[in-house]
Amino acid sequence: MDLFGSYALLLAFLCVLYAIGGGIGAVVTRRPLIIKSARNAGFAACALIWVGFASLVYLFFTDDFSVAYVAQHSNRNLSTFFKLPAVWSGQEGSLLFWSFLLSIYVFSALFTYRGKHPELMPYVGIVLASVQGFFLILNNFVASPFRIFAAQGADGILHLAAQADGRGLNPLLQYPEMAIHPPNLYSGYTGFTIPFAFALAALLGRYPGEKWIHLTRRWTMIAWCFQSIGILLGAHWAYAVLGWGGYWGWDPVENASLMPWLTGTAFLHSVMMQEKRGMMRVWNVWLVFCTFFLCILGTSLTRSGAVNSVHAFAESAIGHWFWSFLGVCILVCVIAFIKNRDYLRSDNQLDSMISRESSFLFNNLILLVACVAVLSGTLFPVLSEAVRGSKISVGPPFFNLVNVPIGLFLLFLTGIGPLLAWRKTSTESLRRNFGLPLTAGVVAAVIAVAFGLRNFYVALCVLLSVFVASTVLSEFYRGARVISARTGSNLFSSAAQLTMRNTRRYGGYVVHFGMVLVFIGLSGTPFNQDKQMDMTPGSSMTIGPYTLLLQNFDTDQQPNYTAERATIDVDRGGKSLMMLYPQRRFYPSNEESGTMVAISSTLKEDLYVVYAGRSPDNNMPVIHAYLNPLVKWIWLGGVVVVFGTILALLPNRQAVLVVRPVAEASPASGEAQPAPVTFTARSQLPSSHD
Amino acid sequence: MKAKVKFAIGAGIIVGTLSCLAWVGAQQSKTYYHTIAELPTLQGEALHQRFRVGGDVKAGSIQHLSGRVDFVMVGEGKSLPVSYVGTDPLPDTFKDGAQCLVEGKYMPDGRFVAETVQAKCASKYEAAPTQGAPGSNPSSSSPDTKS
Repeated sequence: MDLFGSYALLLAFLCVLYAIGGGIGAVVTRRPLIIKSARNAGFAACALIWVGFASLVYLFFTDDFSVAYVAQHSNRNLSTFFKLPAVWSGQEGSLLFWSFLLSIYVFSALFTYRGKHPELMPYVGIVLASVQGFFLILNNFVASPFRIFAAQGADGILHLAAQADGRGLNPLLQYPEMAIHPPNLYSGYTGFTIPFAFALAALLGRYPGEKWIHLTRRWTMIAWCFQSIGILLGAHWAYAVLGWGGYWGWDPVENASLMPWLTGTAFLHSVMMQEKRGMMRVWNVWLVFCTFFLCILGTSLTRSGAVNSVHAFAESAIGHWFWSFLGVCILVCVIAFIKNRDYLRSDNQLDSMISRESSFLFNNLILLVACVAVLSGTLFPVLSEAVRGSKISVGPPFFNLVNVPIGLFLLFLTGIGPLLAWRKTSTESLRRNFGLPLTAGVVAAVIAVAFGLRNFYVALCVLLSVFVASTVLSEFYRGARVISARTGSNLFSSAAQLTMRNTRRYGGYVVHFGMVLVFIGLSGTPFNQDKQMDMTPGSSMTIGPYTLLLQNFDTDQQPNYTAERATIDVDRGGKSLMMLYPQRRFYPSNEESGTMVAISSTLKEDLYVVYAGRSPDNNMPVIHAYLNPLVKWIWLGGVVVVFGTILALLPNRQAVLVVRPVAEASPASGEAQPAPVTFTARSQLPSSHD
Repeated sequence: MKAKVKFAIGAGIIVGTLSCLAWVGAQQSKTYYHTIAELPTLQGEALHQRFRVGGDVKAGSIQHLSGRVDFVMVGEGKSLPVSYVGTDPLPDTFKDGAQCLVEGKYMPDGRFVAETVQAKCASKYEAAPTQGAPGSNPSSSSPDTKS
């Protein structure tokens, strides 16, 4: 099976080479047969990568320990469930997994647009095949997962030397989230290749208009959605498994996943400027280029050993491959841009500071500044060594000082942006749209301060969160009221109809609302408390309103690990609330231990209890308890963000409504309705379409 | 004033403010990397900086004492006694022979007082040679490609 897999990858590489060559031929000759042939090579490469990946999965499920990669990342005791995530738990497998996910995107893109856009697709095919080609070089020649163990026998010939059992999967990865976090994050990273390919193709082929933006909108959103899920799952894994009481530590690997997300978010917003007003063409092309570069940079950071990280893969020569690839990509993009930049000229200029355009500009500026700050903080050791000769790193205070105000400013823009009109907004409409939400925000902030939340940023965050939430709700309410008045249905079903009518806009609002929830969750951080104590059975500690009483502790012997665990009774106000069982597990197969945190989570706060080991003084358990307010809102917000993105991906459903054609046919009748001006005016804007 | 100019001024203010914040943050948290061998050679002002030092945990050197954990870190043939005084529990990956990264201050007596200790996690393990596996000597029979 290892032979089968490695030959499949080798053939895939040949197909990719053919797809590149054929693509160039297609661009030059424009002959339909060559276009078709290059495309088919692309399909074949994808299918062969799937075969290669499937063989690696098969090797894992059949415990074939003659393959080095399998022996290093799995063992017989490993439960069947974790054999799949074990496939991408190491360098070689994760790179093949990259290729695999990328090939799904490539296949879907080639298949969706087969026979369409004959001017554009050959270029797209070349770019996609080149990116695939790079990863296939790694899969085939640099980091092949199909290497097998061999030992020199007495006859001087190498013989297969299968191992009796593997080393097992790292216990830290034996956690359900770890099974879904990498696929999501990698789907995000790889997904940005599609908009990148279309942007570069449009530039190379001087493809007219904003077509590539329409074509890639959904692809970008899908990639963005996966990236968001990946980041949040990673944070949740760090929180629930690593036992340090936090979910984000500004580690280079975390930063690497955040940076393309920031530029991707900027891109999702700035494309609207191009679609509606023909502005920011150069900017958009570069945003999507940079997003792709950051995806590659992120992958290389974790693999090259350039930056110290707790998560990093082993330092290896593979870093050079990534740096070279990144260099080539940048070079190609710069040359393409210089050659064809006249094609990207803007149609319009910024008319007013108080307009939708300027809010998008500020949104982009601020997201970019955040990205630059995170990038420079991450690369600080590399940069300082180059500039001053000494390697200096910066820690969380650097990232927090810069990114907290940025986050809050973004939240502010989230509130006002969608309600500002294109071109210019009157003071009157400002007052009408924002008077009430702003009052609600101020009232909420005053209440928060009165209740003791005396922290400037937290008070501001409460103000802005309530402000944004009310603007979102009022948008839904206004629209729903109009539909309800016309159709007689209730407000909720009207709101649903409204959403389905313009999924992109209202899905976007739902995403904004989800981000508000995330911000509310983040704002709990300044109020985190923690306490550590050596506890004997019968002793207790108090944290916040809770009293933790250690009832007893014991050892639990399981087939693949030994756990020390404490039984803790949690009281509040003299009443017993629940029992918590924090554990510390020791896995003899790879001599590693893992913490099983006991978390009791409510919307108000998380009680997070860690069994931190035995005290050297009296051999009694050391219990570390954290009280983290509002953390659950972050995960909740994440779910809402994903839901909103899915809504925005749905096609608009207009046929069910009689209202729209009537309103469009005679705008006067629409204005005669009691609907607020903003609603009717906006509904006449060119609706989003692909 | 033209909108473009106004936008440029606004952008300037934002970028300026954030740069100041970044500078303050960098001053507060900057930490100098040094190798174990370099530490004793530092002099004067340089000795009072925050340091980050990487190395391997010497087998058998970890001692859990009350209020702190002592261990010895080795690298480039030199060793460095470390006292970890932080409040967070040590990471699960911290054990004999683990690669670790400590952050804190270097004392005049040659001891390193660490406030944080990181040990290489999860994905880092893959490059370690297989040990004690039958049929293969880990150093001489590195995985070989058949195809």
